[in-house]
Parts: sequence; structure tokens; C-alpha cells
Amino acid sequence: MGIFDFLRKGPQGTASTAKNRLIILVQEERDRSGRGMPDYLPLLRRELLEVIRKFVNVDADAVDVKTHKDGDHDVLELSIALPDKPVAAAGRA
Amino acid sequence: MTENIVVTSGKGGVGKTTTSASLAVGLAKRGKKVAVIDFDVGLRNLDLIMGCERRVVYDFVNVIHNECTLKQALIKDKRHENLYVLAASQTRDKDALTQDGVQRVLEELAADDFDYVVCDSPAGIEKGAFLAMYFADRAIVVVNPEVSSVRDSDRILGLLASKTRRAENGGGKVQEHLLLTRYNPARVASGDMLSIADVEEILGIKVVGVIPESEGVLAASNSGVPVILDETSTAGQAYDDAVARLLGDERALRFTDVQKKGFFQRVFGS
Repeated sequence: MGIFDFLRKGPQGTASTAKNRLIILVQEERDRSGRGMPDYLPLLRRELLEVIRKFVNVDADAVDVKTHKDGDHDVLELSIALPDKPVAAAGRA
Repeated sequence: MTENIVVTSGKGGVGKTTTSASLAVGLAKRGKKVAVIDFDVGLRNLDLIMGCERRVVYDFVNVIHNECTLKQALIKDKRHENLYVLAASQTRDKDALTQDGVQRVLEELAADDFDYVVCDSPAGIEKGAFLAMYFADRAIVVVNPEVSSVRDSDRILGLLASKTRRAENGGGKVQEHLLLTRYNPARVASGDMLSIADVEEILGIKVVGVIPESEGVLAASNSGVPVILDETSTAGQAYDDAVARLLGDERALRFTDVQKKGFFQRVFGS
């Protein structure tokens, strides 16, 4: 740093701003895309959907599988959206 | 056993092709049999960086569409006899690549005892980029110390963990390596550029190499000689270190600190 540098620059660089913005953004985007979740979740979700479809006709995105931390342990959260009017699936009387 | 290495980044202009070329040459210099494939159909550039643009007769798309054999399309490097370039097509669009076709080419290279196949991914996350990464055993994620590049790299890391053959078939995770390019230690020191530690912290992955911003990179692409062959340039030496680390050597990072300035520079600034 030269003695005239103070004339050119503010007191703090912008790298720390970049870092703080990225840490928040990357975390948000990872949460949204479900990264860091156990590997078996997509398969679990698919198989659950198949089982549910034996009884009710639901959309492909009706089953939502998530994990989150509650204190010391991980919680597996299942949410299944049923259709407004239950329609029996084909092949099941 | 052939290893497929994808060089990818999400964002364009961060140094994927420069990295693919230098990685391929670095591996070939160490005696490995290497093919480097340009997946950027419609915007081919690897041939220019490798200095073989006048020798492209057949390309990757011709091979996939059975218009020539793989042997006819592989361009033998002038400097290394165990290094081959497979150029992208310049006239077709990205849909000319098919997953079956790519798989067939990679299997043929494996049957021909190639040690490494370096797949130079196009920017973006569309078909070409997807196919470049799909069959990867390892991935080099090229990132600049800059917000949009870091964000896109994280997206790519997510895709590597979910949209690859290994992720789908449970063949073990794609081994991910982060390569930080266009690094400017002086700007990091003055707080104007993300540091190595910042990028590692944000992405949660260690760097396998740091390539300093260097005039040598432009000079190398101007002359069609991969920068790793310019032993006088800092970028070339840093690439050589990175290749050595990929092969398991331990090497300390170089060119990541500000070089000492002379007396006048210190007094009057740079």
C-alpha cells in the first residue's frame, strides 16, 4: 500500500459484502433444491407415491418428503396432498 | 480403467476450455493416454486453444451420427503422441448430441485403453452441459472469485450430486474438485476480491488449484499453445501444480500471495 492509497479507496473492500451475500444466497438455494438431504429420499418419495396411487389418484408432485433438524435429531417430514374429491385408483374396487 | 473428467462451471468465460486444454496436456505430459472432447456444439473453441483448428476434418457430432469412425475424428496432438482432441461441430446445434451417442463414444475410448477422457462442458445447464457431466467420474468445477460465478458453481455442484450416472445408479459420488481461476492476490489483499478461504467456505469444498490472473493465458490462446506448456507463466506453473494434485501429489499453493514490491512501489503505490 502506498501512502497515497487512501485517496483512491474507501476504508473497506467490497469482498466481505460479496461473501455475506453469497453465504445467504447459496444456503437458500441449497435448501430449496433439497441438497444435503439423505440420498434415499428421492427413491422413498417415488415408492411412497406408487403405494398411495394404489388407493388414491394423486398428482406426481403430491408427495413431499423433507428432512429438518429439531434439536439433536433429524425429523423426516412427509406431506401428501390428497385431491379435493377422492377418486379411487383404477384396478382397485 | 478409463476415468472421465468433466470440466464445468455453469457460468461462461471463467476458463473451462483453458483448463480442459491444460489439464489434458498436463496428463499427457505425465505419460497418460488422454482424449479431450469439446461438448460446446455450435460454438467450438477447444480446437483453437489446442492449436489444431486447421486439422479438424470430422467432429464429435459426425461420430455420434455414424458419419465417420471415432479414429477418423480424433485429432492427434502435435506435441504429445498420446493426446487426442475431439472437436465439437461448428454448424450443428446442441441437440445433435444424444446420451446414447456420447455413451458409445466414451465406451469406445475406454475400450481403446485411454487413461483419461476430459470433457470440456459448454456454459449453462442445458443439454450439452448435462451430457458433458452425465458420465463423469470426476468433476473440475472452474470458478472465478466473483459473485455470479460462485453462485453458478454451487448450482453445478448440486447437479453433479443428482443428475449424473453415478448419482442415479449409485456408483459412488462424482469426485468434485474446485479450481479457482483468474485469482488476483493484490485485489484480495486490498479486500476487493473474494479470497480462497472465502470461496471454500461459501461452497464447502477445498480448492485443488488456484490459477492466478496472468498475461500468459491470453498469450497462450493467441498462439494456440495450452498455457501449461508456458513454464515461464505463473498460470502455466499453477496448472501444472493442479494436475499433479489431481494425480495425488501434495503441492503447496503458489502465486496466491502479493509479491513483494520495490521501494518506490511501496511508497507511491502501484
